[in-house]
Amino acid sequence: MNYHWNWWIFWEPAPNGTGTYLDMLLSGLVLTIETAICAWIIALAFGSIVGVLRTLPSKTASWVGFAWVEFFRNTPLLVQLFLWFFVLPELLPPSWGLWLKQIPNAPFYTAAIGVGLFMSARVAEQLRAGIGSLPRGQKLAATALGLTTAQTYRYVLLPMAFRIIMPPLTSEFLSTIKNTSVAITIGLIELTGEARAMQEFSFQVFEAFTAATLLYLLINIVVVTAMRFLERGLAVPGYITGK
Amino acid sequence: MKHLRMIGLALAAAFCAGQANAEELEGTLKKIKETGAITIGFRDSSIPFSYLDDNQKPIGFAIDICYRIVDAVKKELKLDKLEVQFNPVTSSTRIPLLANGTIDLECGSTTNNADRQKQVSFTNTHFLTATRYVSKKSNKIGSIDDLKGKSVVSTSGTTNIKQLTEANAARNLGINIIPAKEHAESFLMVETDRAVAVVLDDILLASFVAGSKDPDAYVISGDAFSKPEPYGIMLRRDDPTFKKVADGATAALYQSADGQKLYDKWFTQKIPPKGLNLNAPISAELKHEFAMPSIPPIRISIRRCKVSQPMQWPAYCMG
Amino acid sequence: MFANFDFDVIRRSLGYLFFDGMTFTLTLTGLAALGGLIFGTLIALMRLSGLKLLGRIAGLYVDLMRSLPLVLVIFWFYFLVPYIGQWLTGSSRPIRVGAFTSSLVTFIMFEAAYFSEIMRAGIQSISKGQPAAAQSLGLTYGQTMRYVVLPQAFRNMLPVLLTQTIVLFQDTSLVYVLSVPDFLGAASKVAQRDGRLVEMYLFAAVVYFSISFAASLGIRRLQARISFVH
Repeated sequence: MNYHWNWWIFWEPAPNGTGTYLDMLLSGLVLTIETAICAWIIALAFGSIVGVLRTLPSKTASWVGFAWVEFFRNTPLLVQLFLWFFVLPELLPPSWGLWLKQIPNAPFYTAAIGVGLFMSARVAEQLRAGIGSLPRGQKLAATALGLTTAQTYRYVLLPMAFRIIMPPLTSEFLSTIKNTSVAITIGLIELTGEARAMQEFSFQVFEAFTAATLLYLLINIVVVTAMRFLERGLAVPGYITGK
Repeated sequence: MKHLRMIGLALAAAFCAGQANAEELEGTLKKIKETGAITIGFRDSSIPFSYLDDNQKPIGFAIDICYRIVDAVKKELKLDKLEVQFNPVTSSTRIPLLANGTIDLECGSTTNNADRQKQVSFTNTHFLTATRYVSKKSNKIGSIDDLKGKSVVSTSGTTNIKQLTEANAARNLGINIIPAKEHAESFLMVETDRAVAVVLDDILLASFVAGSKDPDAYVISGDAFSKPEPYGIMLRRDDPTFKKVADGATAALYQSADGQKLYDKWFTQKIPPKGLNLNAPISAELKHEFAMPSIPPIRISIRRCKVSQPMQWPAYCMG
Repeated sequence: MFANFDFDVIRRSLGYLFFDGMTFTLTLTGLAALGGLIFGTLIALMRLSGLKLLGRIAGLYVDLMRSLPLVLVIFWFYFLVPYIGQWLTGSSRPIRVGAFTSSLVTFIMFEAAYFSEIMRAGIQSISKGQPAAAQSLGLTYGQTMRYVVLPQAFRNMLPVLLTQTIVLFQDTSLVYVLSVPDFLGAASKVAQRDGRLVEMYLFAAVVYFSISFAASLGIRRLQARISFVH
């Protein structure tokens, strides 16, 4: 096997002057986490709105929700990122387009919004399933008490629906973290991108990717454990999700 | 008559068998003999060294050189047929794909330097080039220091992006470095105003500017990020027999009149697919290289000449 | 707004896009789905078998594949497969593996983890009476799986399996990072060569959307037809 192993590569200085190769990877890790959290906030916000839209009695609302989900689910994430990054600035009036192209951290914002909207479709579907799984009596009782639709959702349906869908939402959050890696194609040098850069500068392919793999596994363990604590903390005793 | 022929064949077979035993093949030559095929790694936008024409076939200066190497291998191994397979590579995949056996020769625009020689081997130099940048004239970037705080693009896996990164750190320029996957993508970023400058080897920059929709809008920098560095065709390391064949073939080509003709074909005449003429006559240094083929490290201490017109091919002066 | 766009570039490159790009994508999707399903079913059976060690190994494999981004797995296998080939065949140097083969291996290994979870759910959803009856009829474990359990599990989970195949179809676009000529890669090459990013990427989006949407409508119809009470 004509590959030269060198596990000490992590402590050698990286050519971009920021420190060692290990520092390069860690800065990529930080960027991954930042992008994932921003994307997740966008996903939750839009996903909740669309999920609710799909469960409303109104036909238009239902249709809008359907169109949103189908658009974001049926196009690959990579193609969506390209549309936001390359196509959108060209379709806008020239001055706006130019401004968009020259924002200092354009890949970061594009990645956060692109991944966020992509995941919002999945959050919407989970929420729709969660609301659908609630007993019919809840909504009826709320109406009987005189609550408006908005109040029904806010005080009765959504709190329980979100607790029910916490496990699938955890896996959607993990998906979000993994999906940020697709943004290396638009120039976001997050963890996978830094591992690739490390491989290109130092030629130590397998060391770089092993480190990236271990860091992703670490992220996974941390997120799963954190979500488990969150679930336990928010559980309503006596309800199906309570322990 | 029949018997004579049979005896003749038997003698020939014995002779050939003896020959095969005499030279023990190893490394790439062994692989080529066993599989009957050689795989060439090509680039898709390193004009005019290795790029795709309108029919998506690889052509270029380096590709033609590699065909010569293939002929030499065919002669060396005494094969009737040698299948040439092509495998696309990018700046960042060329070394791993060579090391893991996917390609046998990398024919493109790869800089030969000491760092890379730890991983791969190179054959005789086929070009000399320095790292420069191209920007739109309207951005008024006069020197490397004018790039401070701006977005600059380069191709991943190149010595150019490494030099840009190092210069950025050393001179504290705070440049936002955008890596692109291929040279065409890098240039496109400047064309669409996503980056103010693209940092690549100056010959590649010249070919992109010449082939762009509006060549006059661009200017190749006077400043260089590095001294002129040599291009070489890459081979696997620790493979002396194959390297000997490659070195022999390239030396023979460069030292003959064919070498100059080949250079002119790609650098001073119209090239496919759009009939572009790069108008870059052979420099004195490269002529010297061709006359006495060598593999670096070569010490080039030259001063860059004053360039009178921005679009002119930068000349290297001795002194 | 669309004044200075040249949509003719799409028509001119249709041949290259579909004959080279789309065939690559569809072939990769089909073979990876098949391979992933077979390998995934195997892993599911390993997890559901009584043997602790097998179950542990299978579980670890699934967790590993599901924790990593597909882009990273693609890079891993792209560089690793020739060395694996060398180790498997005992040759003296790494085996030459084309881009298609290494992508295929990547997607089979990656999707197998997801298919295994689906098949595991499917197998577990079959009432215990089925394998019990099979056992009382004297069928071996292999025969039970082959003739009784797996066909039913497969049919029950068919809509989910097909949905996962659509996801796989979309995921194949990620081979873009290897500069491999799949549909998106081909569109991208044309886009960069001719400077027509908008036209080509819009076209690629429309094509991917149409195929995925049509397929998901088809699955919905299939789901309505095969859902029966048992």
